[in-house]
Amino acid sequence: MSERMPEYTADEMMTIAAARMLRNGASCFVGIGLPSAAANLARLTHAPDTVLIYESGCIGTKPNVLPLSIGDGELSETADTVVSIVEIFTYWLQGGRIDLGFLGAAQIDRYANINSTVIGDYDSPKTRLPGAGGAPAIAANCGEVLITLRQTKRAFVEKLDFQTSGGHMEGGDSRARMRFPGKGPTAVITDLGIMTPDPVTKELTLTSVHPGVTVDSAIAATGWKLKVAGEVSTTPKPTDTELSVLRDLQARTAKAHAGQD
Amino acid sequence: MAAILQLKDAIAEFVRDGDTVALEGFTHLIPFAAGHEIIRQQRHGLTVIRMTPDVIYDQLIGAGCVAKIVFSWGGNPGVGSLHRLRDAIEKKWPNPIEVEEHEHAGMAAAYAAGASHLPFGVLRGYVGTDLPKHNPNVRFIDCPFTGEKLAAVPAHRPDVTVIHAQKADRRGNVMMWGVVGAQKEAVMAARRSIVTVEEIVDNLNAPPNSVILPSWVVSAVSEVPGGAFPSYAQGYYARNNAFYKQWDNIAKDRGTFLTWIEEHVMGTKDFGEFKKSIESAVTHV
Repeated sequence: MSERMPEYTADEMMTIAAARMLRNGASCFVGIGLPSAAANLARLTHAPDTVLIYESGCIGTKPNVLPLSIGDGELSETADTVVSIVEIFTYWLQGGRIDLGFLGAAQIDRYANINSTVIGDYDSPKTRLPGAGGAPAIAANCGEVLITLRQTKRAFVEKLDFQTSGGHMEGGDSRARMRFPGKGPTAVITDLGIMTPDPVTKELTLTSVHPGVTVDSAIAATGWKLKVAGEVSTTPKPTDTELSVLRDLQARTAKAHAGQD
Repeated sequence: MAAILQLKDAIAEFVRDGDTVALEGFTHLIPFAAGHEIIRQQRHGLTVIRMTPDVIYDQLIGAGCVAKIVFSWGGNPGVGSLHRLRDAIEKKWPNPIEVEEHEHAGMAAAYAAGASHLPFGVLRGYVGTDLPKHNPNVRFIDCPFTGEKLAAVPAHRPDVTVIHAQKADRRGNVMMWGVVGAQKEAVMAARRSIVTVEEIVDNLNAPPNSVILPSWVVSAVSEVPGGAFPSYAQGYYARNNAFYKQWDNIAKDRGTFLTWIEEHVMGTKDFGEFKKSIESAVTHV
């Protein structure tokens, strides 16, 4: 491969790689931010029949622009149905109706447990983050979970300051022993590559790097000794369609939100 | 039967110092006008409950009304942190606040239990999370039928719940639609309740199922057009995202925050005046 500048950004590659993980027809519980961008890109490309669900109670929503908040009018106006918060967390999420949960995080550890609560000590935090929201229930109850966040040493840590939502806990069969309804994280998609849990130890293992990213740079951006698969593949680069649909979506979104400034 | 009152009188009558208060809303229909009136009347020592405390809770906390917060996600939706909430937790300004933190599913179960007059809500939750280590109100029980370990949280029983809705009729029957959050449960869990509405009409012409709260379960209804600004009221106005973004700068600094509260909330007599006072600061009010 030539060394010329790539024609897309690392964030675009991350969003596209995450979108590809979404199976057409799956019911998908979507977090705001990066997961929301990836899930809607999937819906607008290879997964038109995916059912997107936001915790504000919007089920089967088809937003034309990305929502700024989890309960934007755009989500309720384009939804198949809108239910109460009590209902979304009981009949739908706890009821086991959701195939896939799509989460972001501030910190993640080697077993894909995540923190979105505090940096530092809980009682006298260095940084107080917004907190759990629906994430623990999403991580526990969805059939499987995808996590997407940018890969840095500050985010990929040896030990979480606070465990907000459970991934594979202490690894091995520790999640299974806790009788979580769902099977937990199946992939972590970053701006550098893709990690999947080892089938036995459940430790995140680098299985793919994005074009132009080296295995060493992924290791260097990880706060623990990152496990690397015997054969690391290169993520297929974004197609013209993926890029143009994503850019159109983001341009529409920017225009819609700017229109309110 | 709900009394049709001016908002000022409804807050004066139904919200008292030291009360447990829920101003509910999930991004949509946030009762900003009512929150401002609580600040204007300088209530203090409140325990405030909310699944998603946002900018109005930031204002209540920074203004010194709050002694304790019970919540599951505290942020400025789509923007980032709540600086006044953070300052209170991290630096105890303007006063230390007690924190009781949950996950959404637990808060929802606690409201539903409150509305049902049950002592606690039960859920398959708080699994894999450190929250129970820091919140003694999250406990675990064995299902009497299967033995499954389940989480239990005490019912929310606010002294008063405040919500905003689209419409009421002159008898005080309340109609709302769109993202309805946990508002119905929060009102039915509370001892008293205030509903502000965009408009009071002679006839709701309500399709079946659309009156979510009949008059006799509500204490007071107040007409406050635009009372959910800067959040949105579906069918009336869109979310003012610009204000949420500006709030980040206003709230970052204690001095800027205090000046803003003094000028726009304490210095205005009602929500109508408030909105006029910020028209120069925010386009598209």
